[in-house]
Amino acid sequence: MRRFATVLLIAVCAFALPPLLTALKAAFLLTQLTMAAYYALASLGLCALMGYAGQISMGQAGFFAIGGYASAYLSTRNLAAASGDPLVGGLDALGLLSRGADAYGNPSLSLSPWIAALCAILLAILVAVLIGIPVLKLKGHYLAMATLGFGIVIEKIARGTPALGGADGLSCVPAFALLPGLEVTGGRAARAVNFTISWVVLAIGLLALVNLVNSRPGRALRALHDGEEAAGAMGVDTARYKLNVFVLGAAYAAVAGVLLTHYNGSIGPGEANAMKSVRYVAIVAVGGMANLSGTLAAGLLLNFLSLRGVFGSLDDLVFGVMLVAVMLLSPGVRSRR
Amino acid sequence: MSLLEVASLARSFGGLRAVDGVSFSAEKNRITSVIGPNGAGKTTLFNLIAGSLEPDSGTVLFDGEDITGMKPFRVARRGMARTFQAIKLSRRMTALENVMIGRHVRSRAGFPQAMLASPWARREERRIREEAMKAIELLGIAEYAGRETGSLPFGVQRSVELARAIASEPKLLLLDEPASGLNIRETVGLAELIGRIRAEGISILLVEHDMSLVMDISDEIAVLNFGRKIAQGKPREIQSNREVVDIYLGEDDD
Amino acid sequence: MRAELFLQYLVSGLIYGSIYAAVAIGFNIIYNATGIINFAQGEFAMLGGMIASSLASRLPLALAMAAAVAATTLVGIGMERAFLRRIARGGVLKMIIATIGLSIAIREIALLIWGESVRTLPFFSGTEVSSVGIAGAHFSPQVFWVLGVTALVVAALTAFFKLTLIGKAMRGCSANREGASLCGIDPDLMVTLAFGLSAAIGAIAGCAVAPLTQTHYAIGTGLGIKGFTVAAFGGLGNSLAAVGAGLILGMLESFSIIVVPEAYKDVVSIVVLLAVLFAKPSGIFGSRAAGALKDY
Repeated sequence: MRRFATVLLIAVCAFALPPLLTALKAAFLLTQLTMAAYYALASLGLCALMGYAGQISMGQAGFFAIGGYASAYLSTRNLAAASGDPLVGGLDALGLLSRGADAYGNPSLSLSPWIAALCAILLAILVAVLIGIPVLKLKGHYLAMATLGFGIVIEKIARGTPALGGADGLSCVPAFALLPGLEVTGGRAARAVNFTISWVVLAIGLLALVNLVNSRPGRALRALHDGEEAAGAMGVDTARYKLNVFVLGAAYAAVAGVLLTHYNGSIGPGEANAMKSVRYVAIVAVGGMANLSGTLAAGLLLNFLSLRGVFGSLDDLVFGVMLVAVMLLSPGVRSRR
Repeated sequence: MSLLEVASLARSFGGLRAVDGVSFSAEKNRITSVIGPNGAGKTTLFNLIAGSLEPDSGTVLFDGEDITGMKPFRVARRGMARTFQAIKLSRRMTALENVMIGRHVRSRAGFPQAMLASPWARREERRIREEAMKAIELLGIAEYAGRETGSLPFGVQRSVELARAIASEPKLLLLDEPASGLNIRETVGLAELIGRIRAEGISILLVEHDMSLVMDISDEIAVLNFGRKIAQGKPREIQSNREVVDIYLGEDDD
Repeated sequence: MRAELFLQYLVSGLIYGSIYAAVAIGFNIIYNATGIINFAQGEFAMLGGMIASSLASRLPLALAMAAAVAATTLVGIGMERAFLRRIARGGVLKMIIATIGLSIAIREIALLIWGESVRTLPFFSGTEVSSVGIAGAHFSPQVFWVLGVTALVVAALTAFFKLTLIGKAMRGCSANREGASLCGIDPDLMVTLAFGLSAAIGAIAGCAVAPLTQTHYAIGTGLGIKGFTVAAFGGLGNSLAAVGAGLILGMLESFSIIVVPEAYKDVVSIVVLLAVLFAKPSGIFGSRAAGALKDY
């Protein structure tokens, strides 16, 4: 079916691109393509929220950072000193801790990345619920300003908290073994596998949203975008649906944040920057708002070019100008009342 | 017991008593109409019943349950569907998709089932589509089903809105001035459609300005003027009611 | 707390509060004329300070500032004429995204022109070390310049909207666009004027505080969100209330250092913003009905 064409294309690329690029002696591009896939995943979440449900969020980067930071913090915190603690001992007995060595060769004991990642995503979801309940009562400018404020708070907290590494962020984030032998991690050896992981995750994320927008809840979201009064009259609990899609968008960003952080081995406060949130908005706008495939294409392409350094020092400027240009030029991106 | 019982309903805006202690009821399997000149409080009354406005006082009982002040989506879930005087459709969705939204209250798939496209959710989705098509066929607009709603002629859009409302299989269908914006021929067609909907076992509450439509199809009529009910009865009784005739003769036709 | 420290916090609060109020007034002018929130508002203050600091080495200070205000005004007018006017009918979401895009474009162009260096302006009178003594405490004379300029701006604006023909026309236009155009007022021109005026006020504020707080290409975002906080806090569209709200926020921020680590200082004002928005989500307009009158 046509609606699954992009999903199929991404899935095929996930496996076909690594050998192809290797043959073309361009395997080095896989690194940026992997990172671009995770950023595109976060953009897809925003597309459901902004494109389909019509609720702008200027705080998408905040959720990305919550996911990344929480997973990094939990999986790097050395619990060796607290191994006498019954809680730590219990976790260890359950096999939820992983042993390693720190930078000085001393033994370390930390939460296994699976647990760290799940906690990080749950934390992002919890924050999204708590923020979403009051914020989604707002409309238009107020919603944009409130979510922008939320994003800035997250950045300031990341930047100002010593335990989160301040301006340097967190590094030495361990590899995340999704399955035995299948690790989310940087490094040349794992480059092709990680590309495949990221694009498969992206394809799955896209598939779920394609299913969603063509379903009962998806129609309800589009209906509330077009008019909350009519949607309510048809029995749609608009407040609940807005919250659901807000949380869903946050969860996508958090998953992307977790995976990219383990891939890079580090995360910094720049990921929570307002400008990052603006980029997500720009990608959805360039992609055509209520257009998952468009968002995906824009997300992959723009992030790839940006990561390759094609825009040079004009990087942020490109995104700003693009926002204005898209609003000026495309009548198709008209917001529906 | 009546399907809908409105008792001493009142609502003011500033100093204006838009609806001032109105009581009436709508019976099962009947077409009940509320008429009155412009500014009589018809639309306010309608919004008070549907939950779009909260009353200052009074009660609304629907199918034996107190729904006073309940949010519109909760009212809709209890089996009350409505159309709008100014058509409110999702213009960029197809006619069929719009009508499928009408099945919202009759289906259950949430975010997880929809995203995973579980077999159960896919079955439900097929049923939604079938039931929506039935409503579309009942209203005779099957040829427009796949078209984007914003591009359809006005009269067809009104039918899409009607189809969306009846797709929810409501116990009571509220129609807010369905003839507004329609020409005479379309209005005749509308009367026929409303008859067909009633034949499906759906009770109807009609708020309307167009007297000919109301007199032709109503079983019971309540007349409002300045926020108060001044008469209630069968169409023939209303037609011969002195006070009602005075109001309508004295009113500038618009 | 020592009295000296207390006064220091107080003065710092007053200064930041004044500039927040000025930015808030800029928001209000555009909001009153068009019903939109201009997300590029903070950039006007940045531009004012940056342009003035560039020109100050070649021109007398007063002239440099006048030129900076004029140039920023042109940017405001150009922004409306070239972009926003063409997008206005697209709806709120589009306008929000467009003004965000413009704010980033302005900021990044500023980065290309001036780089990342922190700049400053000479003190309007005296030098960095001169001080005015009041009740045993000493203040930089620039403090009085900032407060004086803010007071002057508010007074001038009030007079402009109440007394002059154009000011009255702008108010009429925001109250009733069609009615105003029937009276021979060109609503489009009024919107352009609002953007110019709003940019000018931002630039003036940016110049006045630059000697004390220094300036940088990226200060616009923070000023924008704090200015909006103040505008929402005081009631959107109400410039007199914005002054009070600005001073309150400035004080809150300044004194928050006592209980909150310095690094979280900006968080304080955003928490205030969120609290204001959550407490009155229907509009902060004072009344729900007034909110409903606006297009957006």
